[in-house]
Amino acid sequence: MNIVVCVKQVPDTTQVRIHAETNTLIREGIPSIVNPYDIHAVEAAVAVKESAGGRVTAITMGPPQAREALKEAISLGADDAVLISDRAFAGSDTLATGYILSEAIRKLHSESPVDLIICGKQSIDGDTAQVGPGIAQRLGFTQLTYVIKITEIDAPGRRIVVERQLERGHQVVEGRLPALLTVVKEMNEARYAPLPNLIKAAKYEPRLFDLAGLGLDRSQIGLKGSPTTVRRIFAPTPRAGGAIIADQSQTPAEAARLLVEKLQADRLL
Amino acid sequence: MAETARRSDGFDVIVVGAGPAGTAAAYTLAKAGIKVALIERGVYPGAKNVMGGVMYSQPVGAIIPNFWDEAPLERHIIEQQYQILSPDSAISGKHRSTQYAVQPHNRYTVLRAKFDAWFAGQADAAGAYLLTNTVVTDPIIDNGRVIGVSTDRPDGDLYANVVIVADGVNSLIAEKLGLRPVIDTVNMALAVKEIVALPRGKIEDRFNLEGDEGATIDIYGEVARGMVATGFIYTNKDSLSVGLGVILKDLVKSGLTPYELLDGMKNHPTIKPLLAGGEPREYLAHMIPEGGYQAMPKLYSDGVLIAGDAAMMVNGFHREGSNLAMTSGKLAAETAIEAIEHKEFGARAMSAYKTKLNNSYILQDLRKYRKLPGFISSRPQIFNVYPQIINDAATEFLTVDSVPKKQKQWKIWRQIVKKRRPLRKLLRDIYEGWRAFG
Repeated sequence: MNIVVCVKQVPDTTQVRIHAETNTLIREGIPSIVNPYDIHAVEAAVAVKESAGGRVTAITMGPPQAREALKEAISLGADDAVLISDRAFAGSDTLATGYILSEAIRKLHSESPVDLIICGKQSIDGDTAQVGPGIAQRLGFTQLTYVIKITEIDAPGRRIVVERQLERGHQVVEGRLPALLTVVKEMNEARYAPLPNLIKAAKYEPRLFDLAGLGLDRSQIGLKGSPTTVRRIFAPTPRAGGAIIADQSQTPAEAARLLVEKLQADRLL
Repeated sequence: MAETARRSDGFDVIVVGAGPAGTAAAYTLAKAGIKVALIERGVYPGAKNVMGGVMYSQPVGAIIPNFWDEAPLERHIIEQQYQILSPDSAISGKHRSTQYAVQPHNRYTVLRAKFDAWFAGQADAAGAYLLTNTVVTDPIIDNGRVIGVSTDRPDGDLYANVVIVADGVNSLIAEKLGLRPVIDTVNMALAVKEIVALPRGKIEDRFNLEGDEGATIDIYGEVARGMVATGFIYTNKDSLSVGLGVILKDLVKSGLTPYELLDGMKNHPTIKPLLAGGEPREYLAHMIPEGGYQAMPKLYSDGVLIAGDAAMMVNGFHREGSNLAMTSGKLAAETAIEAIEHKEFGARAMSAYKTKLNNSYILQDLRKYRKLPGFISSRPQIFNVYPQIINDAATEFLTVDSVPKKQKQWKIWRQIVKKRRPLRKLLRDIYEGWRAFG
């Protein structure tokens, strides 16, 4: 199995604050992390490699410092990594990003046919969940989203069976390889990278794919290739806290009666 | 006994801990072309590292010349103030010099989370293998010689010819090697500090500074509440580092919490106006090894060297520590380089480290002050009685109230020897204090 896993470097959103006046994200000094869903994608790819054999190649698009995300993928068990980076890519929205990534994978595919692409279900900074499906569509791969389990991979038969996590239960789907999966975090537990991998990652230099190397159509990348415009960024209004209906002056029986009354009044009982 | 590494990882040296000592060692080794692993338990170097906040330039510059062009520094210190507090007043002295305003500046305030990450990044760029988020759990010992370390990672053993232990004040590895006894709380200070955000302009006005100039205030007396403790305020670019250190044994006995002491200091009438309007941004705490020369562990053994806080290299009186750490890390690296050249990794080869430390300010200074920690811990009056005496005397002397001056002087003297400290004890404190300072 030749597996490509897509990772994205994102600001650690638990530390991002919103500027009170301009309503823009304060990114300065915020550490970058690998998009948490993508960590599960790497783990899924490495697990497939361990059971079915093959190679895992991690790819990312971003500025030069995004190679840190690739180093983390290497430490988690990826064999190779590719940094897709060019100034001309700056400002790309999900449409342009999907185009650039699919062309990068096409290049890898021409070197050695790709059987499986695994992505996180979405990034925590954009939350769109559009890039993975966009790549599948462009490459004509089977598209399997919200995957929680890979049940079976039949490489000679070019078949894959997965379980998808839907809002009301799970769905078992069979598809043809090559396929692109987007995975949910419940799929697996990320492993604690073994020391030899960490040592390999410490001095790992990824391959670099740039605009010229990929031979991209300039009108489809960067700001020019991005029809999305951001009208406004704002902080959601904080949710009101829950009501406390009893304090310590009441007996448990009284508190229970108050609760029942409240639930009945709200037509919840 | 094999004189080469056991496994094909091919590391010559393992450094445990990416603080000032460990990073200085790893950088020096990497620059010499030696394959070195720098193992850090924090998610990034600096994530777990704390100090008051003053970094001395000379030892950093000896490792990375002109570091000030790139390193994340806060302010260069041009003024050092000392305040001695009584409950309601303060007497202070300060030194300020334009000599400190020109490059190379003698010292800078730094925020360690930023500085250490930068410093370790330099070691990484020089060729060191920086392995973060990894805890070294044990030394690997073969025939009495340290030949590597075990980590908490899967497949986590790593081998090398020399291990440099720089895992900080609570050095688990030095303890496991039997080089250092379990620590006595009288030799440990607990330091707590707050980063208080304040606009640049306010800091510059309140501390009489321009641009990136900075000031330090060391605070004695009332902050200690009868214990052995000192406080500090250091200026950063747009924040103040406000903290204090207290001998752990005293603190435990007092039943007070560190933040109660810190709040007491922050609310002292002479300190409060300096912090007014500030917003606490971070709260940090760390141990400081204050035991001095007499509490130091054995500094080397077969295949292993100990540097920095792990070796208790802190000069408490001069509030120096990071500089001793960096210099000792560099000297440990130089010892390892020589050992690799001669392919000798036994205790005899490692003892060159001790010789280098003896020839440097590190052991010369620590030896000079060897009696000081004992002197101070047995005389908490230094931190309460004398500050009270000095402030009372100043208040009496400077209050104009038609009492004849001669009578005032007599009153001051009587107050000292009758109420505060009998003459015999006063003289003994002075004599022994003089001796303790070597």
